[in-house]
Amino acid sequence: MKNYEPEKIYKLLSDAGARILYILDFTGFTLILIFKTFFAMRFAFAKRREILKHMYISGVKSIPVCSVVALFGGMVFALQAGLEIISYGQQEMVPTMMINIMDKELGSFLTAIIITAFSGAAMAAELGTMKVSEEIDALEMMAIDPVAYLVMPRVVSMLIMLPTLSIFTVVLGVAGGAIVSYFQLGITTETYYYRVLRSIWLKDVYVGLLKSFVFALIISSISCANGLKAEGGALGVGQATRVSVVSSYLLVLIIGYFITALFFGGFI
Amino acid sequence: MIEFKGVSKKFDEKVVLDDVSFSIRKGETFVIIGLSGAGKTTILRHIAGFINPDRGDVLVDNIRMNRAKSGTRKKLRSRMGFLFQSGALINWLTVRENVALPLVEHKLGTMDEINRIVDEKLKLLQLSDAGDKMPSEISGGMKKRVGLARAIVLNPDIILYDEPTSGLDPVMSARINELIIKMQEKLQVTSVVVTHDMPSAYHIADTIAMLYNGKLVECGTPDQIRDSTDPVVQQFIKGQITGPIEG
Repeated sequence: MKNYEPEKIYKLLSDAGARILYILDFTGFTLILIFKTFFAMRFAFAKRREILKHMYISGVKSIPVCSVVALFGGMVFALQAGLEIISYGQQEMVPTMMINIMDKELGSFLTAIIITAFSGAAMAAELGTMKVSEEIDALEMMAIDPVAYLVMPRVVSMLIMLPTLSIFTVVLGVAGGAIVSYFQLGITTETYYYRVLRSIWLKDVYVGLLKSFVFALIISSISCANGLKAEGGALGVGQATRVSVVSSYLLVLIIGYFITALFFGGFI
Repeated sequence: MIEFKGVSKKFDEKVVLDDVSFSIRKGETFVIIGLSGAGKTTILRHIAGFINPDRGDVLVDNIRMNRAKSGTRKKLRSRMGFLFQSGALINWLTVRENVALPLVEHKLGTMDEINRIVDEKLKLLQLSDAGDKMPSEISGGMKKRVGLARAIVLNPDIILYDEPTSGLDPVMSARINELIIKMQEKLQVTSVVVTHDMPSAYHIADTIAMLYNGKLVECGTPDQIRDSTDPVVQQFIKGQITGPIEG
């Protein structure tokens, strides 16, 4: 053991321990924040103007990006699937595949990815900047609850807008599939929509919507929690924003899988 | 009214407060001086209940702030005003909305009454013309005055000032000093002021306390501080380069 250096091993273990403690602390903080946010929802009517403002910021403003991603996402998927199965003469399955994949998975997933980058990052940066410039302390000093004043309107607006945008994404994604099906696969628009409508199942729709609600809660609460935990000036705000985006992406993927497995069967 | 009993506080490995004890009477203007990073703002944050000491107690009206439940803390805080160093204004609200914020959020009056109170405070701090401006459109000194207007809008019993005159021109500094004195004389407000500005400290203070290396090295009237035999105090108040103060 020529290179055995106990200090290095000690430091490694100590850093790993500190990291685990931080993750546990942050998880606890986020869960308490979610609980407090639900409790603060009794003020939702009084804060309706704030909620509407955030619905506009996090929802309406992201419609152009959502439109492009949904339309081209749908087109790419339809093209790849269609080119693969056309050799088996099964291209008429494309509409069924499109609606299944869009309302079960891609609608909520694509929207969650866009909203994380578009609104989640902004939430973390806004609240982080407020934290490091003592504005959160100022609110507490005025006996104004930062959760009711800042977090609740953001979470509620996302809980409303993400499912709404998911439906929008599904519709546009399916429309993208229709364009490719018509021009590249020779499926008429009537046939396409007839098959799409026949393949819509209630369970797919409510599971898709449930996912988008869960994703909205994950993104908004993680972003707000990271913002509220920011410290150390601009560097800390940057770090909080980065961590909130990465953790939101990871949790959306992982939790999304478990919801699918729970409702449609699979490996848990 | 406010009492520190053997308060110690460490951030990571750095000892910021080391067995600090003092008491502030009702209606007193208590000024804390010391080098940057000496722990002056930490004292204000203890009084406001933002942080708890590692050892010792912080009492506000004989209630242990560090052990108070969140409801009690909220109640005590609602009797305090805090002027933050940067003003800490909410950046999407106008100057007027910032000052009105605590009144609006706690529904303390009709909109007419709130507007009247806000106008009065804005006038007091010579901000009447800035009411409709956004925080990004006003200078640092103005932000501080708006912060002060917001701190006094609920007529608090205790006001905590974090560097109230830094970044202000001498005329405005003098006005802020007069305001602190007026609030103490008329309303018997207890003020705790953190500052580096020695002329201002001498002018407004009933008591001056100096922090150095986490300890309270001197506490007395402005005259007692001027006449202190402690070389650290003398070097600091005279702003001398050489002396026992390190770094």
